[in-house]
Amino acid sequence: MAHRWKNDLTHDDVTPYNTYLNRRQIMAGMAGVGLAAMAGTRASAMTLEPNSYEDITSYNNFYEFGTGKGDPAKHAHRLTTDGWSVEIDGLVDNPGSYAFEDIMKNMSVEERIYRFRCVEAWSMVIPWNGFELKDLLDMAGVQSSAKYVAFETLYRPDEMVGQKFRSLDWPYVEGLRLDEAMNPLTIMATGIYGKPIPNQNGAPLRLVVPWKYGFKSIKSIVKITLTDKQPPTSWNKANAREYGFYSNVNPTVDHPRWSQATERPIGGGLFAKRKETLMFNGYENEVAGLYEGMDLARNF
Amino acid sequence: MIDWINKTTRKLPTWPLYIGAALYPAWLFWLALNGGLGIDPVKGLEHAMGEKALQLLILGLAITPLRKHLGLNLLKFRRAIGVVAFFYVFAHLLVWLVLDVQLLGQIWADIVKRPYITVGMGAFVLMLPLAVTSNNWSVRRLGPRWRKLHKLTYAVCLLGGLHFVMLVKGFQLEPLLYLGSIILLLALRIKRPKPSRVRQSA
Repeated sequence: MAHRWKNDLTHDDVTPYNTYLNRRQIMAGMAGVGLAAMAGTRASAMTLEPNSYEDITSYNNFYEFGTGKGDPAKHAHRLTTDGWSVEIDGLVDNPGSYAFEDIMKNMSVEERIYRFRCVEAWSMVIPWNGFELKDLLDMAGVQSSAKYVAFETLYRPDEMVGQKFRSLDWPYVEGLRLDEAMNPLTIMATGIYGKPIPNQNGAPLRLVVPWKYGFKSIKSIVKITLTDKQPPTSWNKANAREYGFYSNVNPTVDHPRWSQATERPIGGGLFAKRKETLMFNGYENEVAGLYEGMDLARNF
Repeated sequence: MIDWINKTTRKLPTWPLYIGAALYPAWLFWLALNGGLGIDPVKGLEHAMGEKALQLLILGLAITPLRKHLGLNLLKFRRAIGVVAFFYVFAHLLVWLVLDVQLLGQIWADIVKRPYITVGMGAFVLMLPLAVTSNNWSVRRLGPRWRKLHKLTYAVCLLGGLHFVMLVKGFQLEPLLYLGSIILLLALRIKRPKPSRVRQSA
């Protein structure tokens, strides 16, 4: 089953490809600051325009390939994803190694256009292709004692050259509460703009949890474990004061080193205006219920 | 080799340094406008100016040790290096204020609440009296106090290096290399007791 959620950002209500091209031409052709300022205003009026394929695939945080935003696009070609499989274990009825092809045969892939908000206070809009994580978990058969889902990224320093240096404690691990994992918004993305997801974006399959900061959306997943204990997460291990387990997008809870009240939309050029960050990244209606009665400043 | 460099540089004027230094941010700005700095030109510009400023500060800090230990005399360029470093720190600050944070309320909150920004602002403020007194008239006017005042450079460099270390996520090598070189160059200035020699001025 799928299509439990309908896109609220569509290709139609945002500015489509032609206008996008025009804007590019304006940007390319302009010489003076006055014109640039004009283009900046235009861009800010179209903040829900999905970012271009080029933007999405050239500006990445994927420390497995280096800490610079351009490093993943530069180095990810070394990664081989043939014969990929995902180990699903822990509190499931059907544990085992699931071949990527077999997973895809059983899942229904749909397009989800989501806002993407990085903990570093920049944002994009991304048209993902993927399936609901719930469908995959149902396939493995989640046992009633399971309360959390743990994820793990591939560890292969020969191909993921950033892993040769300990910028983080490899392999990258992430986790969700089971109800978060089962929410219809939570998907495993396998594509962008209808194309197979590029290595630098987390090929061949990655998590996307649109109401949480981007680092929760773990890439190039090789292992999923159902557990009854809250699993460790990479950024929390690196700096518990700055990165909590939940890491829900929340404009009222600042990162200790910067404000989370506003964000810089990427792709709007040099004069793009900041915009206000939305509670749960704009998915409050869908997910606020998951956290009822919780102190979100404490459980950040 | 060193003699040759010393002899050649003695003949070179310093004014082209100022011109080149002024053209560089203008060129970066032009690139940022035209997509030459990638899809996040704000951060591209901000980081480039900050990084170049820090490199110049380190270069300025290296001049005395180079002369003392290798006999390489680049003293005549030190003022230009310092003034340009200040200019780049100022540009870095302007990009942050106007293009990055944008909101006046948030700027002030950041300066007070965010330690790495407090540290960076501190470095900038300490540079102000140095930039203002980087001219012959001030050197004459202030006399020995000028040298004392310009020891503030040491604090500026430490704060600048610290600012970089404090702003990155995870464990990263690059900022530590910058701060490490600053500490090394400052350590070279610590006077060891030299009993056999007559006191020299530094």
